[in-house]
Amino acid sequence: MFKIARKRIWAPTIKEIEVEVPEIARKAKPGQFVIVRVDERGERIPLTIVDYDNSKGTITLVFQEVGTSTRKLGMLNEGDYITDVVGPLGNPTEVRKYGTVVCVGGGVGISAIYPVARAFKEHRNYVISIIGARTKDLLILEDEVRSVSDELYVTTDDGSKGRKGFTTDVLKDLIKEGRHIDLVYAVGPTIMMKVVADVTRPYKIKTIVSLNPIMVDGSGMCGACRVRVGGQVKFACVDGPEFDAHLVDFDELLARLRMYKEEEKLSLELCEKRLKIHET
Amino acid sequence: MKREIIKEAVPVRKISLEERRTTFKEVVIGYSEEEAIAEAKRCLQCPNKPCVEACPLHIDIPEFIKLIAKGKFEEALAKVKEKNEFPAITGRVCPQELLCQKACTLGKIGEPVSIGKLERFIGDYELKRGLRVPPIKAKGGKKIAVVGSGPAGLMVAIELAKLGHKVTIFEALHKPGGVLTYGVPNFRLPKDVVEAYINYVKELGVEIRVDSVIGRLYTIDELLETYDAVFIGTGAGTPKFLGIPGENLNGVYSANEFLIRVNLMRANEFPEYDTPIKVGKRVAVIGGGNVAMDAARVALRLGAEEVTVIYRRTEKEMPARREEIENAKEEGVKFVFLAQPVEFIGDESGWIRKVKCVRMRLGEPDETGRRRPIPIPGSELLIDVDTVVIAIGARVNPLIQRTCPNLKVRRNGTIVTDEHGRTSIKRVYAAGDVVTGAATVIEALATGREVAKTIHKDLTEGT
Repeated sequence: MFKIARKRIWAPTIKEIEVEVPEIARKAKPGQFVIVRVDERGERIPLTIVDYDNSKGTITLVFQEVGTSTRKLGMLNEGDYITDVVGPLGNPTEVRKYGTVVCVGGGVGISAIYPVARAFKEHRNYVISIIGARTKDLLILEDEVRSVSDELYVTTDDGSKGRKGFTTDVLKDLIKEGRHIDLVYAVGPTIMMKVVADVTRPYKIKTIVSLNPIMVDGSGMCGACRVRVGGQVKFACVDGPEFDAHLVDFDELLARLRMYKEEEKLSLELCEKRLKIHET
Repeated sequence: MKREIIKEAVPVRKISLEERRTTFKEVVIGYSEEEAIAEAKRCLQCPNKPCVEACPLHIDIPEFIKLIAKGKFEEALAKVKEKNEFPAITGRVCPQELLCQKACTLGKIGEPVSIGKLERFIGDYELKRGLRVPPIKAKGGKKIAVVGSGPAGLMVAIELAKLGHKVTIFEALHKPGGVLTYGVPNFRLPKDVVEAYINYVKELGVEIRVDSVIGRLYTIDELLETYDAVFIGTGAGTPKFLGIPGENLNGVYSANEFLIRVNLMRANEFPEYDTPIKVGKRVAVIGGGNVAMDAARVALRLGAEEVTVIYRRTEKEMPARREEIENAKEEGVKFVFLAQPVEFIGDESGWIRKVKCVRMRLGEPDETGRRRPIPIPGSELLIDVDTVVIAIGARVNPLIQRTCPNLKVRRNGTIVTDEHGRTSIKRVYAAGDVVTGAATVIEALATGREVAKTIHKDLTEGT
């Protein structure tokens, strides 16, 4: 059982929690994730470690409520407990001096690029961050990302904040302007990461994405998270979660992410019904 | 006195077929006291005891059977426990037909004594009356980390705890037991049996820390800073795939994932439990081992109308236990022999629809002694499916080896040890599937017990 020390609500469906897991906090590095099981009936779901504080013994997680597990997690408050937190899992980001690094974060993926952008900055890279959301209310961690970036660009799909359009539009412009880019690091919806790969591929700009496929154990036992990278099957949990974006078979990954669409809907409906009964 | 030889074993009762197809209840009911005594009386008590030699744990089989025959169950139990801590587990999952029962003298003229069923009887007797924790007088006083809470790890932990050492088990999943918990389904090994033994291990003073992935949370080197010795018993838990086109289509599972979703996450109770599983009307299971039989029988219980096991050799070469093959057949699992999948064919939205197989024939025996399957060119077999489970074996998990560069491993990832379980790193030991590659529970228990002795000796006498 792990205690929630702090909770912040970014938007009605996007929440941040700081969890007391001293052993994980001690070991966590940028790019890694944890598996969370909210309660005894819960699924095991992967969540990126957004921040970690060894002195306080905590890690920070940010999530969007999209299914039963994240919905139940979002209902928990400060002082409540999470049944299982396992980690730190996955390989840490290879952080070194590249030169100019562009960090692209879409939606809740902004939270995943924040620790990596910070680490790149600490290694004296010139960090350009591009963050985007559907609308301004869903734009998270803007100040945090700005504080670790040399340049920050904001986009929203509806134009309610920053530039109207997608993060990849800004990336395209930067490349067209002739900006020298040594590395692109992108996390967001899978479709966004696919487009980022398509944008940088013709220019042969090294591009890393952090994938978020369906996982169960997170330690290489089940193969649910298998992805095709450069024609080879890799397990995102132990071989990743970061891969060379130009080698990832995104179409297969997108199809695999839809595997339990019906069940996820059914489960969420039941969950909402229970939450309603609970409220009344 | 000339004793009567009874060639037929006392049959074991099973629950109804109807219940077997719809529930996860244990299939085999087990012997009653009367049945156990009757079966025990069949034992010839032959002086050379070939069964003891054939048992990896060298349980004094004729002796415990003699005590059952006399109705002295408590004494029979004590006899078994001299060598085996988990009779209710091994009595259920051990391949006795290849070990003790294969060696049984009675088997030469009739059916061998049902040693496994008798072992289970005595194990269940103990569970019913409650496991008793022995008083621990020894004061080993060393701290030992055990990585993995499967059969090998549990055995090592028990042996060392009894010698008075402080043992901590690190388990990656949220429930201990390893393959006994995530792998073997309830209908073959009820989870309350495993839980009873886990509680016993805890009562012995062993600390079990779940949610702890060694290699990530702590490296082996870090454990060595805190503990006097480290035992690695992480098993063979990484699934093998076929490496054929279409393997990543939706609806294609590794047996590990399929069984973990049900056994550990209780997907069979979805949506009461949050983890889903997709089982269509037609399910194909690839492989011929016990895991394939488990997966096929799980699929039936989850409502599949037709479950087909596809195996590249014939029934004779199947590595699964006869008993489990029979159970699967009784429940309605179909078999396609001499066929090897070469492609999984999907629909436009990425879902599995057909398995394309090539027909095989048997050639000369290979290094395992089984006849090698050879593809018949131009032959083809298409099987319509909604779900596929790949159960062609498992390899060792690479996580510890990757994060412990000094640990000597073979090309297939198994850890190199000397005959006593010592690895290439001082104070680090290993046993079970992580050393041998995928094998049996009983072998993991047997080597685990021996390695525990080595650890105790090295720590208390020095090397």
